[in-house]
Amino acid sequence: MSKPVYVITEQRNGAFRKVSFEVVSEARRLADELGTSVVAILLGSGVSGIGEELGQYGADKVLVADNEIFENYSAEGYTKTILETIKNVDPEIVLLPASILGKDLAPRLAANLAVGLASDCVKLSIESGKLEAQRPMYAGKVIADYHFNSSPQLASLRPNIFPVLEPDSSKKAEVENVSVPVTKSDLKAIVKELLASEGGKIDISEADIIVSGGRGMKGAENFKILEELADLLGGAVGASRSAVDSDWRAHADQVGQTGKTVAPDLYIACGISGAIQHLAGMSSSKCIVAINKDPDAPIFQKADYGIVGDLFDVVPKLTEELKKIVE
Amino acid sequence: MKILVCVKQVPDTETKIKIGADKKSIDTSDINWILNPYDEYAVEEAIQIKEEKEGTTVTVISVGPERSVSAIRNAIAMGADEAVLIKTEDIYLDSFTVAKALADVIKDLEYDLIFFGKQAVDDDNLQVGPMVAELLNLPCVSPIADLKLENGSVTVKREIEGGTEVIEASLPAVISADKGLNEPRYPALRGIMMAKRKPIDEKQVDMETAKIEIVQMAYPQSREGGKIVGEGVDAVPELVRLLREEAKVV
Repeated sequence: MSKPVYVITEQRNGAFRKVSFEVVSEARRLADELGTSVVAILLGSGVSGIGEELGQYGADKVLVADNEIFENYSAEGYTKTILETIKNVDPEIVLLPASILGKDLAPRLAANLAVGLASDCVKLSIESGKLEAQRPMYAGKVIADYHFNSSPQLASLRPNIFPVLEPDSSKKAEVENVSVPVTKSDLKAIVKELLASEGGKIDISEADIIVSGGRGMKGAENFKILEELADLLGGAVGASRSAVDSDWRAHADQVGQTGKTVAPDLYIACGISGAIQHLAGMSSSKCIVAINKDPDAPIFQKADYGIVGDLFDVVPKLTEELKKIVE
Repeated sequence: MKILVCVKQVPDTETKIKIGADKKSIDTSDINWILNPYDEYAVEEAIQIKEEKEGTTVTVISVGPERSVSAIRNAIAMGADEAVLIKTEDIYLDSFTVAKALADVIKDLEYDLIFFGKQAVDDDNLQVGPMVAELLNLPCVSPIADLKLENGSVTVKREIEGGTEVIEASLPAVISADKGLNEPRYPALRGIMMAKRKPIDEKQVDMETAKIEIVQMAYPQSREGGKIVGEGVDAVPELVRLLREEAKVV
């Protein structure tokens, strides 16, 4: 049997984040192809009880590093603990979510292991027993396949891309506690405080539905109509670069090359012309709707459905029509 | 204070990227090269600290081929004092190789803060900053949108999904800059003239062999979009029907 696939999971406030299930599910798929097992690690404070849940998504074994220094994310603490477990697990492949946490953690592991890292992958496959990792470059203008010349093969997975397996409650994972080789006094960087954003907003990188506004919104106050639509659909509000540069929205909401790359089920672009940097950041969305006054706007080339018209009329009407379905 | 800023030269974000004949790299013949946009926030932050704290020097470091000089000069024109180019061939370098080269040079320099941009907008890896920090055994926060310097430490804000972490790190530290940290300045003409005359310290280091390599590049599948449902509010009911029945997304 080849060496296991090892998954670094992420939890917040004692609950797994959805990306963790995505990565465990993908690990299961790869492990089946390789004929090997899936080992996962869970780090946190007072989280021992949730470890077993990963079994339902395909983990054979779950290591739990439960320690009060992990009340908040600690880059150094996570890195040292995971490196210690890698010695014992001896994995063929290590997978992480390409969440904010994973994007910080993965390169630290790579540097210590002196291995290559494929970040933000959108597709993984096994070719002749080795991992082939596919990831976008140049904000999605190019897709590249990577092979590793180092071991273990380390990859982070873009959120919202990999399907989650139907949980199977008959499957149980073996749970094992592991020690944390770090104390608070060893840490050179400490999270002092975690400020929640207003109203528990969904981050655009993880939203299933995004309603996005561009220059055509004409001002910060007008985003209210997009928020109403997004709230109705349980989605998030995104923005183009020009909307962010005009200070109408925060940079955290920016979609595109100097913002975030998103892949929701539904992307509704309102008053966005579709500059190449913006298109690169959202063209892997499953369904794209464009609402724009200009029939020649490049966004219509990418959209599954377009409405030519004034967004200030069309968006409220859309909200009204959708309300009839939702309610 | 001694501040290092690590920068990269990348294709302009407006550039249409063409895949090269080998299908493993991009065709660089027709590219307008710029200083990586996120690195501008890093350079700006370093210069703002320098303007506040007397005796601060800002050194720009880049790993790359000869053409990288223009990105370095851009950083000098913004206000950096010194510059180092770790000169390589014009080939694709993986992140570990670059991080190792930077760490090898940085370990012999004096520094209190090392800035990076959060990612280069070419390979979009977000790797080199945290890698250099680990190789030098330094604390690192990546990426940040707010920074405050105190005696011997730095307090930064880092945006995560649905919130913001307030993090305190001891110095020296590695920090990577996100958009929103500041408003990068346009170099003044005098700065641009001075930057042209500034000597750049060229170094060569033994590069590691690549740990990961690109075996194939392709263009993303183009969408078959372009279906106009209709004009104005009258088209909305039909759009809703299509979203429900055809796309099945609502």
